[in-house]
Formats: sequence, C-alpha cells, structure tokens
Amino acid sequence: MEKTELRTPIGEEDIRALKIGDVVYVSGTLVTARDAAHRRILQYLKQGKKLPVMFDGLALFHCGPLVKKADVGWTVLAAGPTTSMRMEPLEGDIIRNLGIRLVIGKGGMGERTQRAMKEFGAAYAVFTGGAGVLAAKRIKRVKHVTWLDLGIPEALWIFEVEAFGPLIIGIDSHGNSLFERVQAEAERKKNEIFKEYQS
Amino acid sequence: MNLEVLVENVAVNLLKVASVRLPEDVKEALRKAYENERSQIARTQLRAILDNIRISEETDTPVCQDTGLISFYLKAGSGFRDLDKVEGILREAVRRATAEVPLRPNALDPFTQKNTEDNTGRYVPYVHWRIVGGDFLEVTAFPKGGGSENTCALNMISPSEGLKGLKRFVVESVVKAGGMPCPPTIIGVGVGGGPNIAMEIAKLTLLEPIDRPNPNKATAKLEKELYRAINKTGIGPMGLGGDSTTLAVKVDYAHRHPASYPVAVAFQCWAARRATARIGSNGEVEYLTHRT
Repeated sequence: MEKTELRTPIGEEDIRALKIGDVVYVSGTLVTARDAAHRRILQYLKQGKKLPVMFDGLALFHCGPLVKKADVGWTVLAAGPTTSMRMEPLEGDIIRNLGIRLVIGKGGMGERTQRAMKEFGAAYAVFTGGAGVLAAKRIKRVKHVTWLDLGIPEALWIFEVEAFGPLIIGIDSHGNSLFERVQAEAERKKNEIFKEYQS
Repeated sequence: MNLEVLVENVAVNLLKVASVRLPEDVKEALRKAYENERSQIARTQLRAILDNIRISEETDTPVCQDTGLISFYLKAGSGFRDLDKVEGILREAVRRATAEVPLRPNALDPFTQKNTEDNTGRYVPYVHWRIVGGDFLEVTAFPKGGGSENTCALNMISPSEGLKGLKRFVVESVVKAGGMPCPPTIIGVGVGGGPNIAMEIAKLTLLEPIDRPNPNKATAKLEKELYRAINKTGIGPMGLGGDSTTLAVKVDYAHRHPASYPVAVAFQCWAARRATARIGSNGEVEYLTHRT
C-alpha cells in the first residue's frame, strides 16, 4: 500500500501515478454532489448556463453532510460518503465536462465511470462509509454552499480540507477496479458455496 | 412530570443516544473483526470505523451523517395511559431531535422531492406497535441509513427449492450488494409468512443484540452456516475485500402457505443504531441498551 498526498488543483500526472489499493490523503477543495446536483450540473451544461463552481482539478465528493447553522456560516458535524453507484449513469459526463480528477465516495462505481476515468485521467477513491465524524474532523471550513433549494443533503457544499483520508483508490486511471476484482472473486467463492448446497 | 412530556423527552434522548453511541455488542463485534482481519486494506477501514466510533462518543456527535429514516418499535402495556397520544408525541420528539441532536433532514415527498426539513411526513416516523400486559411503554428508536436499506431484498422462492433456495438467495443478495450497504453488516433473514411478514421478521431480528445466542436449534444452525458462507465471499469492509463482510446473521421464521416460501434479507450497516428505554406509568424510566 503506497501512501500519497495530493493537493487541489490535482494534475493529470498525479492521478496517472496512482494504482488501485493505494492510500491517498487529499488537501484543498472538495465539492459535494449527490443525485440531484449531478442532474442539475448536466442540465446547466446542456443549457450553456454558468456553473456556480469551477471544478477543474478538484475532488468531487458523494456526500450529503450533517451540518449545523453557526452564528457565521455552517459547522459540519458529520460528512461521510454516500453510495456512489447512484451517480453511475451521470458521472462519466461530469468527469469529461468539468475536469474533475478525483471522485470520492463509497461502494464503488461501474464501467462507464471506469472508462471515463481512463480516458480523461481521473480516479475513484473510497472514504470509509459511515465514518462521518472522522471525515468532518478533516474539514477545516465550509468555503461556500449553493443550490440549497435542493435540500441540505443535495446542495453543493464546498469544503476546505486538510489531509482528508485515508482514501483507498478503488478505480485508477489505467482501467483497473478493485471492486471488479473483489466482485469476481466473490462470484467464484459463491459458486463454490453453491456447489456444497448441491451435495 | 406530566407523562406526555416524559415520553417526549425520553424519545428525544433515545434518538440522540442511538445516533451518537453504538450498542456495546456491536462495538465488541467490530473490535473482534479488526483483530481477526488479515487484509491490510480492510484493516484501514475497520481502524477508521473504530476511530470514528470513539470520536463521535467523545464529541457527542452522530456517528454517521446519514442519521436515517426514523422508526420506533413499541411494546405498549395495555395499562399504560394515553396510548392514543403516543404517535403524536413521537412525531414531536422527532421534530425536536432533528433540531437538538441535530439529525439530517431525511424525509422527502416522493412526487415533489420536497424535503420536510424535520424528519416527519406521511407514515414517518414509522411506528410499530405490540400490545403487551403491564403498565409501561417500551420504546426502541431505530434510525436506519439509506445505503443499507437500498440493498434489502425479497424473493418468493419456489417451495421445492426450500432451504437450499433460501441459502442461495441470501448469499446471492450479499454478493450483489457488495460494498453498498457499508459492510461489515448485520444480516437479518426472515422466512415464511407472506412478503410483508417475511420482511418484518427480518427487520425485527435487527433490534436484538448480536451477542445473544439463538434459542431455536434450527435457526441457530442456519445462522452459523450463513455467517460462514457470507464471510467466505471475501467482499470485506466497504467491498474492498477482506475477511469481515458480516458481523452476525440473524434468522427468524413464520409458518408459510403451502404454495409460498418468502425469503427476506434485511441489511444493517455497521453503524447499527438502536436504543431502548422502558417508561413506567409511575414515571420511572429505565434505559435498556445504554447507560445514561
């Protein structure tokens, strides 16, 4: 397990150097986006509308945070990842159009995202699902929040983070997926188990 | 104190305790999983989970940002006063807890997608009643995250496939779910009855502590077998591979119709949040899952 520290804006060569199973810590700017935000981003692109954030070289975080309104701005209490697979049909277009280099989530993503990542030079990293407080500790402040009309979990939250991790690279920019490997092995084991049921 | 106010206060407290502190049996199972795990990547995940549990207790903050869709499971003594008011009181408790704990607003209208902002809505919080003898009200707060709800599965298998079919379906469901339900999970299996009964039974098993032995010989044997099979798949914590895919498997059953063999698989993420208290008509409160 190689350990790497990244800072946004992340360059293509930094991403190309990563391989599945690597441990990464990222500092700089994370932008959260879930289903509704993904759909709206693509709608804006289609209509040629200006997006509220420049995503180039940033990390996109599948997360709907638990926040509290403070005297000034917001306090983030817990901000772990949400299931990434829900964004699978949309992520490829988002990566290609916005210049996202790192997608952070949980549970893995599919072939379309994998292809876009290989083509463009992006990677998918896993933050431990449910470890929301650990994640919040690495968030130094909320830089900005917008699209609150989508509801708090679905809004775009722009976080400044320091050594956000540990992140495990689940899909690298060379067409490899840790999830695909684990899943293939699980299928093999499953068939072994099923054979026992026959006897 | 007025009994209505007391029930509301206890319910708010249960939601807070459940969100912030995992039950001891779950924490112990996670510690054991970390000790026994052989994959390095899996160990980073279990370490993060254990660190997260510690920090959330120290800082009094909910374990996970997804504070769930809220259900209450009630054992209501028939002698407890004002049972007709309890659901209204619990709704108010949810509103208060959303602001006070705080909880993430998680109740959306499925047609307009509008978030109610206070975790209440049509049939939400969901309240499950059991009327028993006595003059107490036992309340279990059960907030459950969306990730592990989305992988829950139901299959009306052919009765001729029977037990073999059940085992296949459970293992198949776990493999299909992969990392999505935030493993290591707890798996509740309900078999028999009708489709709603099977899923309800599966869900109810998730309310029980996981370190308590199952007194029924047949289901205890099945639990052990499924536990081994699931952990053999190597899905591991967060689906990144490893030995720890499930912490426990719980099975319960109902008698079935001759033509039906319903099997339900309920997934519970590692952040298995539940908290129970018993409120006496005399105003005495006993917390059964947590020391407070």
